[in-house]
Amino acid sequence: MSKTVAGLLYSESHEWVSVDGNIATVGITDFAQHALGNLSYVDMPETDDEVTKGEEFGAVESVKAASDLYSPVSGKVVETNSELEDAPERLNVDPYANWIIRVEMSDPSELDDLMDEAAYISFCEKE
Amino acid sequence: MKYYDKLIFELSCEGRCGYTLPDADWAQTSDSIPDGLKRSAAPGLPQVSEPEVVRHYTNLSDMNFGVDTGFYPLGSCTMKYNPKINEEIAGMPGFKGIHPLQPRSTVRGVMKLYGDLSSALCAITGMAGFTLNPFAGAHGELTGLMIMRRYHICRGDMKRTRVIVPDSAHGTNPASAAVCGLDVVQVNSLPDGTIDVDHLKTLLDDTVAGIMMTNPNTLGLFETRIEEIADLVHGCGGLLYYDGANMNPLLGVVRPGDMGFDIMHLNLHKTFSTPHGGGGPGAGPVGVAEHLLPYLPLPRIDGEKPDECAGRVSGFMGNFGVLMKAYAYILMLGRQNIRMAGPLATLNANYIKESLKDCYRLPIDKVCKHEFVFDGLADKSTGVTTLDVAKRLLDYGFHAPTVYFPLLFHQSIMIEPTETESRETLDAFIEVMRKIAEEAAADPDMVRSAPHNTSVRRPDETAAARHPVLKYRDLA
Repeated sequence: MSKTVAGLLYSESHEWVSVDGNIATVGITDFAQHALGNLSYVDMPETDDEVTKGEEFGAVESVKAASDLYSPVSGKVVETNSELEDAPERLNVDPYANWIIRVEMSDPSELDDLMDEAAYISFCEKE
Repeated sequence: MKYYDKLIFELSCEGRCGYTLPDADWAQTSDSIPDGLKRSAAPGLPQVSEPEVVRHYTNLSDMNFGVDTGFYPLGSCTMKYNPKINEEIAGMPGFKGIHPLQPRSTVRGVMKLYGDLSSALCAITGMAGFTLNPFAGAHGELTGLMIMRRYHICRGDMKRTRVIVPDSAHGTNPASAAVCGLDVVQVNSLPDGTIDVDHLKTLLDDTVAGIMMTNPNTLGLFETRIEEIADLVHGCGGLLYYDGANMNPLLGVVRPGDMGFDIMHLNLHKTFSTPHGGGGPGAGPVGVAEHLLPYLPLPRIDGEKPDECAGRVSGFMGNFGVLMKAYAYILMLGRQNIRMAGPLATLNANYIKESLKDCYRLPIDKVCKHEFVFDGLADKSTGVTTLDVAKRLLDYGFHAPTVYFPLLFHQSIMIEPTETESRETLDAFIEVMRKIAEEAAADPDMVRSAPHNTSVRRPDETAAARHPVLKYRDLA
């Protein structure tokens, strides 16, 4: 059973979002890291890049597969987690403590389309 | 299998050699070579005796596993037996000794072979013409997409830049489209594993260059709505590309041209028995329908250079040795017998599937074609993964199936036995697969630490990916 965290929002492509004012912090879920297996590389955007809800903003590679990351919100990247460049395995160890990007949201109402913890748990059961 | 991991350079001993040539009685000079091009140090070739060289390469070859060694059910790769007569014919001096820069008038036999092979492939696929140039399946895909793109550009239809690819597709399909400068759009699969035609309809508009499909798809399932899909895609002005990776079950039975495909490639190194694995050599000829013949790339069998042609995709006309082996295979089987390959490959795949579906999870339970996909062990409580099952198979002397592809399931095991295996071989494989399922329940740790009998145990793939050692000198 994959771990989830209360208070986070979740996308169908298995990203999580934590909201602080107008800033959305984005990572991948425990379900995602488990499905991918041991990660070997995280491809992240640059600071100031624009991201669009539902479109790819980067990719994660494991020994099993490479998988695109899809942004759960639109806006401007204000920070990327540079620690992941040399230590992608952090996402395997604790995917919720290790975020990937922080986005200044252009339309916070997009958050309404995401799932809460309970909805995400039942979504994962069907995956 | 005994372990041998030496490099030829490690055997080198100063001053040792295989032959000492007699003094030629003339002086060697490098005066005519400009100073800047001369080597400043000796080339550092290994210095070894003849028996050392022979033993070195014989020992290395002993470490290999191939179709000539044992069963090789690598899904999507069609690892069928390569009849040795293919090698005999490809090795005939009249063919082996030619040079690609020879004038065409001096290689009439070779040109006839190109023509005859193209005609045979047209008859098998329902296409109107072929280029035999591409060196591999992915090269064929790129060539086919260049033809597709050129077709739209020549018609002045510049905004067709999107290529639709199913979510079950081979990874090369979206990769080839991206390399060709086209945008990839994914069409979803239905729970039964076939293309979601309703979803496809929502993707079709005047920006669609075409769709890339494999039929049967990577789950080994025939896309039964292919004619409807062809009508839809043609209706919006797009073209249909057929990825020939899964052509084996259709050989001589169903033709992509009749299904409505406009462009396709064949993997001669799968479907037509020429051996592959280990990266080649391959051959990925591309066939087109009548209306696309002018777009075939250079160099062309007909020697022409039409304005519409998709450009040059290779220096010369393909991997000739592979083309010869495919031609020999087609002629040896003939029109009647080539029709047996598909049904026998299909029978073999279904035989394994039905014999194992009680101990491995079969996500889509219907008749498959040449291959099928299990989603790991049926009993998920053991913690034994698909990777562990694949590693344990090595202990029993079988090559592992394709694993973790397609991505539709988390524990995919993709099994393709091909038509060239006997009932006894299939039964032996089934017995071992059942035994591994029993072992997974009784002693999961033993399966998780497999393989135990191979010369190389389980490499640390994660460490290799995260911290690759790329130079021999950097080895600890």
